[in-house]
Amino acid sequence: MVKVIGKAILSGNEAIARGAYEAGVHFASAYPGTPSTEILESLALYKEVKAEWAPNEKVAMEVAGGAAIGGAISLCAQKHVGLNVAADPLFSLAYAGVTGALLIITADDSGMHSSQNEQDNRHFARAAKLPLLEPVNSDEALRMTKWALKISHQFDSPVILRTTTRVSHGKGVVTLSEREEIPIYPYKKNFEKYVLMPSNARKLHVVVEERLKKLKELAESSEWNVIEDGDSEIGVITSGVSYNYAKEVFPNATYLKLGFSFPFPMEKVKEFSKKVKKIIIIEEGDDFIEGYVRQLGLSNEIIGKNILPYCGEMLPEVLKEYLLNEKVEKKTINSNHILERPPVLCPGCPHIGIFDAIKKQRLSVAGDIGCYTLAALAPWNAMDTCICMGASISGLSGLMQNPMLTGNNSVAVIGDSTFIHSGITSLIDMVYNNRKGTVVILDNRITAMTGNQQNPTTGLTLQGNNTSQIDLEALVKAIGVKWVKRVNNYNLKETSDALREAREFDGVSVLITSQPCALTEEVKRAKKYPFEIDESKCIACGACLRLGCPAISKGESGKSKIDPVYCIGCGMCAQVCPPKVQAIHKIEKEA
Amino acid sequence: MKTTSILFAGIGGQGIIKASSILATACLNSGFDVKQSEVHGMAQRGGSVVSFVRFGEKVYSPTVEQKTADIILSFEKSETLRWIDYLKSDGFLLINDYEIRPTSLNYTGKTYPERSTVESYLKEIEYKFVNSTEEALKLGDVRVFNTILLGVIAKKIESISIESFHKAIELSVPSKTIQMNLKAFDLGLSL
Ligand SMILES: Cc1ncc(C[n+]2csc(CCOP(=O)(O)OP(=O)(O)O)c2C)c(N)n1
Repeated sequence: MVKVIGKAILSGNEAIARGAYEAGVHFASAYPGTPSTEILESLALYKEVKAEWAPNEKVAMEVAGGAAIGGAISLCAQKHVGLNVAADPLFSLAYAGVTGALLIITADDSGMHSSQNEQDNRHFARAAKLPLLEPVNSDEALRMTKWALKISHQFDSPVILRTTTRVSHGKGVVTLSEREEIPIYPYKKNFEKYVLMPSNARKLHVVVEERLKKLKELAESSEWNVIEDGDSEIGVITSGVSYNYAKEVFPNATYLKLGFSFPFPMEKVKEFSKKVKKIIIIEEGDDFIEGYVRQLGLSNEIIGKNILPYCGEMLPEVLKEYLLNEKVEKKTINSNHILERPPVLCPGCPHIGIFDAIKKQRLSVAGDIGCYTLAALAPWNAMDTCICMGASISGLSGLMQNPMLTGNNSVAVIGDSTFIHSGITSLIDMVYNNRKGTVVILDNRITAMTGNQQNPTTGLTLQGNNTSQIDLEALVKAIGVKWVKRVNNYNLKETSDALREAREFDGVSVLITSQPCALTEEVKRAKKYPFEIDESKCIACGACLRLGCPAISKGESGKSKIDPVYCIGCGMCAQVCPPKVQAIHKIEKEA
Repeated sequence: MKTTSILFAGIGGQGIIKASSILATACLNSGFDVKQSEVHGMAQRGGSVVSFVRFGEKVYSPTVEQKTADIILSFEKSETLRWIDYLKSDGFLLINDYEIRPTSLNYTGKTYPERSTVESYLKEIEYKFVNSTEEALKLGDVRVFNTILLGVIAKKIESISIESFHKAIELSVPSKTIQMNLKAFDLGLSL
């Protein structure tokens, strides 16, 4: 018997980690990505579990998949677009199955709080023919995770658990139990199952189809697919976080809540349709459920994405607007009185130095994803493209097919974590295809964007162990790049000169910045000597403001001032203050 | 029992998430179902941050709709105006009398709103300004300004006992700072 040990308030991500821990998970791997990151960060705190950051999602899934084939209870987690990267192992692991168990978590980002697209990853479950679970809150996230790991083993199948941002980051009450310790299952070589050559895979495809039939039976009677009786006028079919929103708007309706939504429980829907007049299908993302429901040719009136939007979250206010015609009241505040507070680069962010040079040299920039994507905004406006991780380097190669864009007037910029994730092969492409062009690697030695995770450039693992630190210069040289240089990006002249030199090189050149992220422990621990502006000397030219450092603002007099609490003393502002003015100086005492 | 909705607004780094999780824990301590939600990620980079706490017998949505918040706690003066439409007509608004000027002022040409500008929108609303930095300095630790603010709204949340708040604080802050945070909370209660 598993002992219950109390209640706690956990986020969906923490609840997934807790559920996996309680289910006896042995191994977990992931590449960070909002809103999934905290799953591995939480799992890493349990000493019974081996939790690791992988260089990218494909690697994470392959390691987790290998662990499952080897007999471990295992999981991998990623944000929605991460599953695109991992799609190759996903589809084939579906054939190979597991010896232990494999849970694949995809955290979708309805509303695009921090993503570049709003794809609905439920399609992956159908395409890869894997069972799909959709928890509505933290409590279900915990219990479903445990259950998923059990059926993964029982049905010899990877299982997909899909959350969306509000489930991942929303917090709710859960019941905690103790961990069930399960030894790693014995490994046996099995050529026919684990070597996917055509002769084996043809047989395995049949197995997959048979397995789907059994899983469909399970979905039809599953405790996760429940009918909640209510008024017979309206029947709501829903899944995931949308269930909560629907309950706010239609508290008395009859519900079919689908927690196990693929293979789709057709019979369950038929049974439900007899209980209600009108059916409203409420789901975030695409018409995944709706597609199946409409196939049944029911006589009920059906409302779904013919009225509700495909875009954004199905928040109560959205449901009221589209289904009840209750328009949300217009905001009553004069927009001049609401201040823009877009995310900004941090005070003293080392990315500022290089983007100042890029902006002043008026370059076209094939950009990438990370904190530095913020340089696409004012005051730098220094990014032309940002598509997906790694697409800076390869994107530059493509852009240069237009003679207007050359290695001299265009560069690619990419962060260290992103370079390791998927930039290396693009750089190989550049060298292999004899291009001329410059790649800037913004090596702040951390994965900053997602909250400062360790990565292969940092020398530490997720669980805090020392490890080797990649030598980016040696790596780049080994690829065949002939011009490689590291610059101190807090020195603006050195940075700007090096960038110019790199652009003039006749071949592939790689410029690597060296200052660590201002939020890393090493920087936070270091003594700080902030700078100040001598108001009597300041001529209000705005040069320091144009750096875009949030520690600098325009005072009432129009002259600049530096907030000594925020300033980390990088000194970039003193370098842009005109030589004849020199109004910015270091305060010679520690803040 | 009706669900109660509380909205915390402010700027990344002000301790909004911490304050809302203390409240959520207090709700659990008092035997309620509770949902809390905020969005991580881009918002952390100096942007505006909002966090919702909803409690009651059974709570579904983790988000708060416009015109439905029972209480708004704004940690930063100008942020009040971004969220004020979320307050219901008989709700209570607590404003921390504190300014954080965004870099956008450097290029949008907007000016930071005066207190009178903020108040011009509050004619029919029950509200209170508290200078929590000043109050925290009286206690000798500026960092507990957010716990003071939590104390001020705790007075308005009658269904959650003071004891539940105290217990939640003890569970949520580093052990060295428990006494200071309890003092800060009680100071808030008295304001
Ligand atoms: C396929 C994929 N995985 C994960 C993410 C989430 N993500 C965006 S950028 C990034 C890493 C940024 O790190 P780095 O390149 O070092 O730049 P920094 O933020 O440190 O400047 C991550 C994990 C994503 N957008 N796409």
